[in-house]
Amino acid sequence: MNETSTETLSVVVERELPHPPEKIWRALTQPHLIEEWLMKNDFKPVVDQRFNLHADWGTVDCQVLAVEPNKTLSYTWAAYGLESVVTWTLTPTSTGTNLRMEQSGFRPDQQQAYQGAKGGWPRLFAALEQVLARTD
Amino acid sequence: MPNAHDVLFRTLADPTRRALFERLCREGEKTVAALTARAGISQPAVSKHLAVLKQARLVRDRHEGRQTHYRAQLRALAPLIDWTSQMAGFWQSRFDHLEDLLKRMDQ
Repeated sequence: MNETSTETLSVVVERELPHPPEKIWRALTQPHLIEEWLMKNDFKPVVDQRFNLHADWGTVDCQVLAVEPNKTLSYTWAAYGLESVVTWTLTPTSTGTNLRMEQSGFRPDQQQAYQGAKGGWPRLFAALEQVLARTD
Repeated sequence: MPNAHDVLFRTLADPTRRALFERLCREGEKTVAALTARAGISQPAVSKHLAVLKQARLVRDRHEGRQTHYRAQLRALAPLIDWTSQMAGFWQSRFDHLEDLLKRMDQ
């Protein structure tokens, strides 16, 4: 049951891109480039740095958790009262880069990383899973 | 991202309210008095939280004599279950934009 809930509450998107990691890193970390594919922002690749992403539907509050140039970038992603962590992983391949994005929320083992999250979500989802299993 | 998420997340963001809701999920229908007995807050405070949960359609009430019974409405949680598929769609489209950008960028 726990493994299922962990899986379903994490989103992974992964693509092979015919570009070197250094170039993709720039697109992931330079504000004017981030704006072109994601959202308007005041991002800085500095651990603990807080930044916002702005879209017409609202604002996402973020804080940088980890920066390892050309390899990994991780930040919190808080929107709609829900906290999650977005982690980018760049792995060089013979033809370019494998780019992997994982957004995970509510996992008890990651709870430490969430600023302001009080540990209630994992319990809620555990309770929810039980109840849904019963009603099916 | 629809407004339904907003309401749901805001409603459940309060730990006391979430605890009340969880109890109703786990233990089934309960009266306000029974909920108050273990909530650690006053009955008016419990009622206030229940009213907010009701507004978000997370609970339903039923009157029986002088007692009001509350029950969790699990269907209201559907948008939460959809969260992952919505975010997956969001990131897929962002990846498309990122690929377009990378094609335009210099090495």
